Amino acid sequence: MQLNKQDKKAHKTKMPNKMKIAEKLAIAATALIGSSVQGQENEAEWDFAISAFGYSETDRVSAGELIFTADKDYDDSAHLSYKILFDSLTGSSANGAIAQNTPQTFTRVSANGQYTTEASDTPVDPNYRDSRGQFSMSWSDALSVDSRYTVGGNLSKEIDYTSIGINGEYAKDFNQRNTTLSIGTSFGVDTFEPLGGLPIALSSMVVNNGQFASETDFLNAYDATKGDTSDTITTSELLLGWTQVINRRTVMQLNYGFANISGYLTDPYKIVSRVDNSGITQDLTYENRPDSKTQHSVFGLVKHHLDNSVVDVSYRYVTNDFGIKSHTIDSHWLFYVDEGNFWQPHIRFYQQAAADFYTPFLAQENPLPEFVSADYRIGDMTAVTLGLKYGFQMDDGDRAEIRLEYYKQTPTSANEPQGIANLEGLDLYPEVDAVILQFNYYF
Amino acid sequence: MTVQSFKTLLVIAAIVSLVSGCSAINKWGVDPWDRDLLAKPEMAINSSPLDQSIDDHIYFSKEASSGGRSFAGGGCGCN
Repeated sequence: MQLNKQDKKAHKTKMPNKMKIAEKLAIAATALIGSSVQGQENEAEWDFAISAFGYSETDRVSAGELIFTADKDYDDSAHLSYKILFDSLTGSSANGAIAQNTPQTFTRVSANGQYTTEASDTPVDPNYRDSRGQFSMSWSDALSVDSRYTVGGNLSKEIDYTSIGINGEYAKDFNQRNTTLSIGTSFGVDTFEPLGGLPIALSSMVVNNGQFASETDFLNAYDATKGDTSDTITTSELLLGWTQVINRRTVMQLNYGFANISGYLTDPYKIVSRVDNSGITQDLTYENRPDSKTQHSVFGLVKHHLDNSVVDVSYRYVTNDFGIKSHTIDSHWLFYVDEGNFWQPHIRFYQQAAADFYTPFLAQENPLPEFVSADYRIGDMTAVTLGLKYGFQMDDGDRAEIRLEYYKQTPTSANEPQGIANLEGLDLYPEVDAVILQFNYYF
Repeated sequence: MTVQSFKTLLVIAAIVSLVSGCSAINKWGVDPWDRDLLAKPEMAINSSPLDQSIDDHIYFSKEASSGGRSFAGGGCGCN
């Protein structure tokens, strides 16, 4: 199947004369502000795509996202790409505390009221809300017959988080373009301004259970657990890539990635329960994570064209000095139905070993460790994704795809607590189930 | 077989594997006129960038690993 997009592109007008590099750089530089540039009458048409997706967890968060992309070729080699994204998230998010046999009360962020979790339920903050806008662009062009570069940048803003990043890549072909080696780097600076300020690490969440003489006394006690209003995170990355054509039907890729992330890596909205010997919560402590993380990743992918289908299988290994090690196997199998239409099943397995400082709860009798988090997302877990996509072509030549995915996350623990009376029978490692529905339209 | 000779054998085996591996790489690839299947959009290494971007966002938010296929930084708080 030759997807129709390619046919459309093949018929688009190519520039009759090679543009000079300076002209193309001028296009790249002025594209941001929308200025008209010389040579515009010879440009190819824009390619647009819209993607909308909904993500819904059972009894937890729901998210919706809308993505617009616009792509355009200049000359025979240069490419400009824009992406605009909006998303919104609402629902209940686990706060890190463990379930108890009695109802539990927690203070909302900014001390703006309280919320209560029923007996045996996993504590979740039911007031979780966020929305985000993101803009990114990239420009790539040939440097010679067998080499090219890509530069890009992105800006993302949500209620409590701002992220700015730049990236660049250089790629060179060898062996009649059957081998491509690439080196890429990116740098990002994020600013975190959590609602209610940054909690002082390992301080106790102040909950007004009537022990304060006045609301002012409560607020003073609450404010004493808060420090700065914002902090930053810097991310520096290196990505080395090797892409290889093996034969007429098979291509493979091997990547090595290195990332150094430093700054405020704690989740200011997460707490840890401190329990007595019988398992009853005595205190709720704000978590604390190290302020630097170094990560290595290896990624390998093989894609093969069978007679009437295309299958890809990838494997990824990630390790970082938080102690997390993960294995991911991901596979798609695209089956041609007829001209322009296809089915594509998807399966993904993920397994992760917990961060060194992860624990579902702390024993009150022990001194507080320097670093601790009960965030299930850095705990031991396995996850499975099953998905199915259908792609089809419309009468006017535009393409559309619809994708449905099911994601199940199963936390595991090698050290399940035993013999703690008040934790017996409670679900300390609840599963997460999510459904994702996505629609893509290319025009 | 002594330990020393076993080590020597291992080194020779490694070198032979490496050389034969390199030879295999040299044999990999196709002539430009044999790229009919490879030229299909769905044979591109990242043939579904929108799906990939959405998957990366979801797994970045729900798991403790990111990147590998591309850069690891999520560019968002995404809690």
